[in-house]
Amino acid sequence: MKNKLLLLGDEALAQGAIDAGLSGAYAYPGTPSTEILEYVQTNSLARSRGIHSHWSSNEKTAVEEALGMSFCGKRAIVSMKHVGLNVAADPFVNSAMTGANGGLLVISADDPSMHSSQNEQDSRFYADFAIIPALEPSSQQEAYDMAHYGFMLSESMGIPVMVRMVTRLAHSRAEVETELEPRDENKLCYPENARQWVLMPGNSRVRYKELLELRDSMEEASEISPFNRLHRGTDRRLGIIASGIAYNYLMECFPEGCPFGVLKLSQYPVPRKLVAELADATDALLVCEEGQPFIEPRLRGLLNRGPKVYGKLDGVLPLTGELTPDSVAEALVKIAPELASKLQPKLRKPSKIVAPRPPALCQGCGHRDVYAALTAALSEFDSPKVFGDIGCYTLGWLSPFNAIDTCVDMGASITMAKGAADAGQHPAVAIIGDSTFTHSGMTGLLDAVNENSPVTVIISDNLTTGMTGGQDSQGTGKLEEICLGLGVDPLHLHTIDSLPRNFEDMKKLFASELEYRGLSVIIARRECIQTARRHKKNA
Amino acid sequence: MKKDIILAGVGGQGILSIATVIGRTALSRDLHLKQAEVHGMSQRGGDVMSCLRLSSSPIASDLIPSGRVDLVISLEPMEALRYKHLLAPDGRIVTSTEPFVNIPSYPEVGTLLQELEALHGTVMLPCEEIARRVATPRASNMVLLGAAAPLLELPVDAIEDGIRDIFAAKGQQIIDSNIAAFRAGLEASQKS
Repeated sequence: MKNKLLLLGDEALAQGAIDAGLSGAYAYPGTPSTEILEYVQTNSLARSRGIHSHWSSNEKTAVEEALGMSFCGKRAIVSMKHVGLNVAADPFVNSAMTGANGGLLVISADDPSMHSSQNEQDSRFYADFAIIPALEPSSQQEAYDMAHYGFMLSESMGIPVMVRMVTRLAHSRAEVETELEPRDENKLCYPENARQWVLMPGNSRVRYKELLELRDSMEEASEISPFNRLHRGTDRRLGIIASGIAYNYLMECFPEGCPFGVLKLSQYPVPRKLVAELADATDALLVCEEGQPFIEPRLRGLLNRGPKVYGKLDGVLPLTGELTPDSVAEALVKIAPELASKLQPKLRKPSKIVAPRPPALCQGCGHRDVYAALTAALSEFDSPKVFGDIGCYTLGWLSPFNAIDTCVDMGASITMAKGAADAGQHPAVAIIGDSTFTHSGMTGLLDAVNENSPVTVIISDNLTTGMTGGQDSQGTGKLEEICLGLGVDPLHLHTIDSLPRNFEDMKKLFASELEYRGLSVIIARRECIQTARRHKKNA
Repeated sequence: MKKDIILAGVGGQGILSIATVIGRTALSRDLHLKQAEVHGMSQRGGDVMSCLRLSSSPIASDLIPSGRVDLVISLEPMEALRYKHLLAPDGRIVTSTEPFVNIPSYPEVGTLLQELEALHGTVMLPCEEIARRVATPRASNMVLLGAAAPLLELPVDAIEDGIRDIFAAKGQQIIDSNIAAFRAGLEASQKS
């Protein structure tokens, strides 16, 4: 007897981890990964067991905290969006060197189509680079099952395991059968191989050789993985490798079963024997994979002299954006035109009068008032430059604000403004949110303090992590102390409420600090309208 | 049984509550279900859509292929039209007629409603107005769900149980108000 729950892919993974004896979940919010930690925070079993689920300051601290829990023999997950793994790359790559003691799952959620991100980077490259196995669920049920399986794999090989999610699975709900009897948590127990946790060159050299040897066992595990399956086809014209969620789109095209051979691939490293078996039984191969071509270029090789390969690199599938059942159907029709009548129904014409409706800052949002006052204050200067950051306030680039010149990565506002000031730019303004500031802005601010760089930093503090839906912000109530502690001159550290009625005061304050040829920090504060409404409702 | 539904609206209008009710109902009847939602940046006042697929047999894709959509349920008339070209030949639209204007290029409302009316079998009703009359404006999504109910192939009683279920924590008054809105929508659509 099993339980049946309706869960998002993110939630299924979290529930799976809890049922598999999780002791700690670590994360920094980021679409499409946020719901994983949120689920642990509200799950009754996780609460009664006291499973750790507090937000971390950033993805790097989160991975290190999870690694510390694994060191002590307990099972941990750490979740982030794909670009968060860039922030965490140092501990992530080196966690393959230390290995894992308690099961450790590093969950990285990719965002092909960039629904809420600045790029389409594919986390599978990171797993390959670090030399760790990766799991890529194709369904919510697999996400659930893979938590348990991933912990087992991690503990049996003594290595962290990546779980690669993508937006469509992370944010899609389906029924999931769960275990009624959750596994107990691991007891505290220290690594047997104590040496490899001290990555001094002498230890690292020994460990790196072991890691390279371990790679063979990782591939062997992929060959026999329950998540990788080879279906033999009846039509040998084509063999299809469908990884992760792409498998669903392929199956959608063939409700009565696929005539072609199919390798469903959800565990990496890529199992070469299974691929060869498919290739030997078919005349050509099609690779359907969500994200950047990862399997396809390996299959083609540098010389591309093997069997005929179709995929993203030859334009049979689109190279950018997420896959859809439509794009997979189109690829199949390009290769086997007789499928057209079955796979491509005649479509109605789209309406001509529908207008685009881009996202915008909420009415009543404090960021709006900050931008209004800042734009007014900057109108006195010839070529002011405003360096933006990651969060709701990035929407300040859109009209009517047109208020920022850059948005690159978490924390880059302060450091880029400093670099611009170093180059002679004046005024150089940085605008950053409170959560982004404690994520990656503080260290950059120290650089600016140390050189008293002529930069005006505005921390638009809405007391939350807004864009991802209002998670606790790690600096709430501490921002002034943090700035003073880092050495910001108290005469040039100001706090103001970003309210419409303070427009003139805000404008004056910005204007006077823009004139100052040194570092100033202005904290413009007003609670996020969304969380304020929620607090009011719950009060 | 198979129903492929697009739920449409503007971020913050409450399409996910409609999806949640249908989801609960489907699960209680042992149907298979997949529902792709929009989270993150797009929720901030932009157009939002959710694919909701119900079936008595297992469902492969979380997204609905173009040209196979049975039903568009929209809280906003322009957002309903956005997905017109994805409809199956016998696909239908159920939409609120009340525009949500937060962009300068919003089309002329009369033209919008005409285009909707010209499509076969469109159900159109002023959801917020009805919700205000029988409950509160906030319950307009339940009015819309009521209007769509006859096309869902799910028993009305089971949907009402779904509503009770998702609002259970909020008290009897909220449950009653949402049930009243649902029934008013059902009644209005049967008249039209």
